[in-house]
Amino acid sequence: MFEDLGQQLINGLHVGSIYALIALGYTMVYGIIKLINFAHGDILMIGAFLAYFLVRAGVPIPLVIIISTVLCALIGVAIERFAYKPLRSAPRISALITAIAVSLFIENLFMILFKPDPRPFPTVLKLKAISIGSLKINGITILTIVLSAILMILLEFFINKTKTGKAMRAVSQDKQAALLMGININRTISATFAIGSALGAVGGILFSMSYPIIEPYMGMMPGLKAFVAAVLGGIGIIPGAMLGGVMMGVAESLTKSYISSQLSDAVVFGILILVLLIKPAGILGKNTREKV
Amino acid sequence: MNQKLKHYGINFGIILILYFILFGAINSGVINGYHEGIIIMAGINIILAVSLNLTTGFLGELTLGHAGFMAIGAYTAALASMNMELPSVMQLIVSIIIGGLVAAIFGFLIGMPALRLRGDYLGIITLGFGEMIRVIITNLEITGGAVGLKGIALLSDFTNVYWVTILTIVIIFMFINSRHGRSVIAIRENEIAAEAVGVPTAFYKIFTFAMSAFFAGIAGGLFAHYQTVLDPKKFDFMFSIEMLVMVVLGGMGSITGAIVSAIFLTLLPELLRDFSDYRLLIYAILLIITMLFKPSGLFGTKEFSIHQLIKGRKQSAKGKIEAGGSE
Repeated sequence: MFEDLGQQLINGLHVGSIYALIALGYTMVYGIIKLINFAHGDILMIGAFLAYFLVRAGVPIPLVIIISTVLCALIGVAIERFAYKPLRSAPRISALITAIAVSLFIENLFMILFKPDPRPFPTVLKLKAISIGSLKINGITILTIVLSAILMILLEFFINKTKTGKAMRAVSQDKQAALLMGININRTISATFAIGSALGAVGGILFSMSYPIIEPYMGMMPGLKAFVAAVLGGIGIIPGAMLGGVMMGVAESLTKSYISSQLSDAVVFGILILVLLIKPAGILGKNTREKV
Repeated sequence: MNQKLKHYGINFGIILILYFILFGAINSGVINGYHEGIIIMAGINIILAVSLNLTTGFLGELTLGHAGFMAIGAYTAALASMNMELPSVMQLIVSIIIGGLVAAIFGFLIGMPALRLRGDYLGIITLGFGEMIRVIITNLEITGGAVGLKGIALLSDFTNVYWVTILTIVIIFMFINSRHGRSVIAIRENEIAAEAVGVPTAFYKIFTFAMSAFFAGIAGGLFAHYQTVLDPKKFDFMFSIEMLVMVVLGGMGSITGAIVSAIFLTLLPELLRDFSDYRLLIYAILLIITMLFKPSGLFGTKEFSIHQLIKGRKQSAKGKIEAGGSE
C-alpha cells in the first residue's frame, strides 16, 4: 500500500516537474505582458519534433537538446515579434484571441507538414533504474527531476542576480517607469519569450522521452495543464509555477491510480476551479484590489 | 413609434420572403438534401455564434467552453426526446427547451462563482469546464460513453431550424436593445463605473451567462435531432474555438456580424472541400489577420439593417445634391 503510494508520488513528481518547466514559460510571459500565451504548448510540440528529427539524423543527445531549445527560443521570439507586439496596446481580449489563433496555426501547419499520425519517439538514453528498498525509480524519472530542478534554480538565479533578470522584474512591475529608467522594453520582452520557450522546449523533450509518442496536437493537453499549474500557484510568480506544476502532477498520478484514469483530466480542472474560488489569485498569489 | 413598426414590418417581410424562397427551393429540389443540410448547420451555427456573442461581445467576458453548454443541451434534449411520445414538432420543441434549460442551469452554476473572477481567469475556468463536461460525458453510461448516443429521432428540418434561429436572433436583439442590454454593455465598457452608477453587475453577468448557455443548449438540441447520433468528441475545445472565431470575425458586439460570419464560416469548408486539411489553418490565418488589422472584427459593434441602408442611400444622394449646389 505505502510502496504503491510512494511509487505514485514519484510518478507525480516526474510529470509534475515537466509541467513546472512548461508552466514557467506561461508565468514569465504573463508576468511581463499579461497575456496567456496559448502557443506555448505548441512550442513544446515543436521542441519534441525538432528533437525527433535531430535524433533520427544521428546527432548526439546533448547537442540535440541544445539545438532544439535554441531554435524554439528563436521561434518564441519570432511569435512575439510578429503576432503579439503589434497588439501590445490593443484590448487584452484581442491579444488573447491572437494567441489562440497562433496556437491553431502552428498545430495545423504541423498537421499538414508531418501528417497527423503519431510517431514513436526513439529511445535515446538508456539509463539504469535505481531501487530504494522496494521502490524502483526509472532513469528517465531521475533525469527529469534533476534537470528540472537545476533549470529552475538557474532561472531563479538569473531573474534575481543578472541585469536582464532585474530588467524583467522591473518591466513586469511598471512598464512606463522601467522605460524612464532606460530599460529597453522590447529587448526585455524578447528575452522573456526566449527563456520561456527554451524551458518549454526542454519540457517537451523530457515529455516525449517519458511518453514516447509525438504528434502535432501533443502540446495541447500538457500545455493546458501547465497553464493550470501556473494559475494554481499564482500566475506571474515563479516559485508558484513550480509548486503548481508538482501539485498538478501528483494530483494527476494519484487520480489515475486510485480513482479513474479516464477522469484525471476532469479532476485536474476541478482542482483549478476549487482553488480559484477560494483564492482567486492562486496559492502563492496576493489578492490585489481593483483600482478605480 | 409608427416608424419603428414599419421597420419591424419590413424586416419581418424579408424574413418571410426568404423563408418561402428557401422552402420552395428545397421542396422543388433546386436545393438538394446535401445543401439543405448545410443550411440547417448554418442556422445552428448562427444560434451558437449569436449566443456566444452575448458573453464575449456584449458582456466582454471571454468564454472558451461554449461547446460544453451545447453538449449539455444536445445530450439532455436527445435523452428527453428519446423518452417521450409527442407529435414530432411538439416533441422537438419540448426537448430542445428542456435541453436549453438544463444548459442554462449549468451556465448559472458555473457563472455564479466564475464571474467573481476577471477576464483571463474566466476564460480558463470555462475552458476547464468544457473539457470536464466532455470527459464526464465520455465516461457516463446514459450518454452512450465514447461510442456515442444513437437512435435520436430525426426531427430537425429546415422549417424548424429556420424559425428557431429567427426567434433566437429576435430575443437576443430585443434583450440587447432593452434597458438590460444597455446595462450589459455598460459592464463591458467599464465594470467599476457601471457598478458605481448602480448597475447590479453580478446579476447581469450571471443572467447574460445563463442566457448564453440557454441558447447554446437550444442549438445543441437542434443539432442532436438533426445528426441523430451524438459523439462526445464533437464537443471538444476546438469546437469552442470555432464558435469564438465566428464571433470574433464578425465583430464582437455585432449580432448581424455574428450571423454573417457564421454563414460564411459554415459555407467556407464546403467551398474548400478539396482543401479540407487546410480548413483550420485558414481559420487561424483569418483570425490573426483580423486581429492585427481590425481587432474589433469585420463589423465592429455596428449592426447592418435594411432601412438604415435605404436611408443612408437617400441621405448620401441628398448630400451629393447639396454639395453640388454649393459649388
